[in-house]
Amino acid sequence: MATQTWRKSVSWADRLLDLFITVILAAVAIVTIYPFLNVLALSLNDSTDSVRGGITIIPREFTLENYKLIFSFGGLVTGFKISVLRTVVGTLLGLISSSMLAYALARPDFQGRRFVSVYLAITMYVSAGLIPVYLLIKDLHLMGTFAVYILPGLVSAFNVFVIRSFIDGLPYALQESAKIDGANDFTIYWRIVLPMTTPALATIALFIAVGQWNSWFDTYLYNATSPHLTTLQYELTKVLQSTTAGNGGDYRTTNMTQVLSTVSPESVKMAITMVVTVPILLVYPFLQRYFVKGMTLGAVKG
Amino acid sequence: MKAMSSAAVPSGGMPPEGRAPKFWKTAYRNRYLYLMTLPFVAWVFVFSYYPLWGWLMAFQSFKPGKPLFEQKWVGFDQFKTLFQDDLFYQVLRNTLAMSVMGLIAAFTVPIVFALLLNEVRNMFFKRFVQTVSYLPHFVSWAVAASIVTRMLATDNGVVNDILMGLGLIDKPIQFMANGHFFWGIVTLSDVWKETGWNAIIYLAAMTGISGELYEAAKVDGASRLRQIWHITLPGIRSTIIVLMILSIGHLVSIGFEKQFLLGNNLVLDYSQVLDLYSLQYGLQMNRYSFGVAVNIFNSVVSLILLFVANGLFKRMTKESIM
Repeated sequence: MATQTWRKSVSWADRLLDLFITVILAAVAIVTIYPFLNVLALSLNDSTDSVRGGITIIPREFTLENYKLIFSFGGLVTGFKISVLRTVVGTLLGLISSSMLAYALARPDFQGRRFVSVYLAITMYVSAGLIPVYLLIKDLHLMGTFAVYILPGLVSAFNVFVIRSFIDGLPYALQESAKIDGANDFTIYWRIVLPMTTPALATIALFIAVGQWNSWFDTYLYNATSPHLTTLQYELTKVLQSTTAGNGGDYRTTNMTQVLSTVSPESVKMAITMVVTVPILLVYPFLQRYFVKGMTLGAVKG
Repeated sequence: MKAMSSAAVPSGGMPPEGRAPKFWKTAYRNRYLYLMTLPFVAWVFVFSYYPLWGWLMAFQSFKPGKPLFEQKWVGFDQFKTLFQDDLFYQVLRNTLAMSVMGLIAAFTVPIVFALLLNEVRNMFFKRFVQTVSYLPHFVSWAVAASIVTRMLATDNGVVNDILMGLGLIDKPIQFMANGHFFWGIVTLSDVWKETGWNAIIYLAAMTGISGELYEAAKVDGASRLRQIWHITLPGIRSTIIVLMILSIGHLVSIGFEKQFLLGNNLVLDYSQVLDLYSLQYGLQMNRYSFGVAVNIFNSVVSLILLFVANGLFKRMTKESIM
């Protein structure tokens, strides 16, 4: 009898705890997702109607006008193209460079292994800072070029170490047997190691691609005066800066920001926010399982 | 942290001893590997190592257009100017305030979130919450700032709507235009954006805890809360410590993206941080040397904090990351 009451009280407390946890986590999920849905609804709602308020997650007067309007500005179309281009090119080159380095560093018989590892690891902790790098970019005449989006961050020590620790986990015998068959190191890398490294590469590709897609500061710093090299994120920051309280006219205005100050801007702003966000939302579910793996892999390696 | 040192210095490498001819023989055998690494080594030199020379600028009065070694040397004058600038202390206060608030939030919210998630038995619900919680990590700060600004807006912002609806306030609060709110807004935005992501590592550490411990605790009649307190939390203790030491090292270098994008001229007294200060003085006003001096101050303080934090933790817990 005594045992039974004890069990009963535990399961009662347990159930209460479960309920408490479920409620809290559901609240977290709502707080996380609601802003996105709200922004989406606003971007699909008639902009003058939005001013009346009360839009939650369903548009009241559905329209695509906001999207049509923002894409009628050249800046956004160019920005979209450049953002896609830098994401594709940056990801491909980033993958090639980090996987090649990772492969060489994973080879136990490579002489330069220790030196190159330390040499790369140092860059994770020591950085020259904004101004010296800015002057370097200027001296290399990379200002106002597309290359400035790709070149400076091409080799990332963190990515190299993540891929290397993955390759370390692969059976080395495969490489050795290929070697006996007369394959050179590059062939082994390209034909044998790369295909087996796909999970790690997918993770790194996601990291690089998201980083490329999301960055705006390099455009702001190096390409602000080259409208043909603008990026989506930079266009969004410009709109944000021009319409937030107090920034008024002190920012360089484009034709887009001028229009935004004449029409009711909220829905249009939300449409731009959505355009910038959607590509991430599209790839996100597919790559989700990879990045969790990659995150823990990277975390262990520091 | 053992794992980290093994990342930097691989174990089981070849003994480097041997005579010169043997060295060249191996080098020849390694030729493809050299071809695959040396270009990138040179690359990293150009973009990561070479700019370090620029630190010398902090001891000069740098004028663009002349080589570094023909500039005028001024010793520590830039640092003197920095320490005499009243704005510097305001900026330092903002930086420390936001980073300490961020640190406290980052070491409570994701841990609690991971603990709660770890207790969920319904796998579908667990995965759903987790998937949703990562999402904001992947959007840029530009998007996050746009969303946060909308949610806190005076016209139909959801936060003001709720507060009005509950009758807590009579008229909307101007969140974005009042400096007193700024630190809180930055901290909470960060919590919103990164909690799910930061919890991943704790969840991973929790899966490493042996199930036998929980079984034993159950036999001893420990409630679930007690199991969390006595098994799960101690199980992720070393993960927490390592991450905390690393974050303390970054206390003054918190970046500027959030502050840049969420801030505006009305809240400048509270939003200006060290990196932004260096950017504004250094690049926008062409005082390169001064900007670099701010950066160096930043790095030196970071390094000191990292060692102090490591030392303190070592004394307290006999654990260390270095």
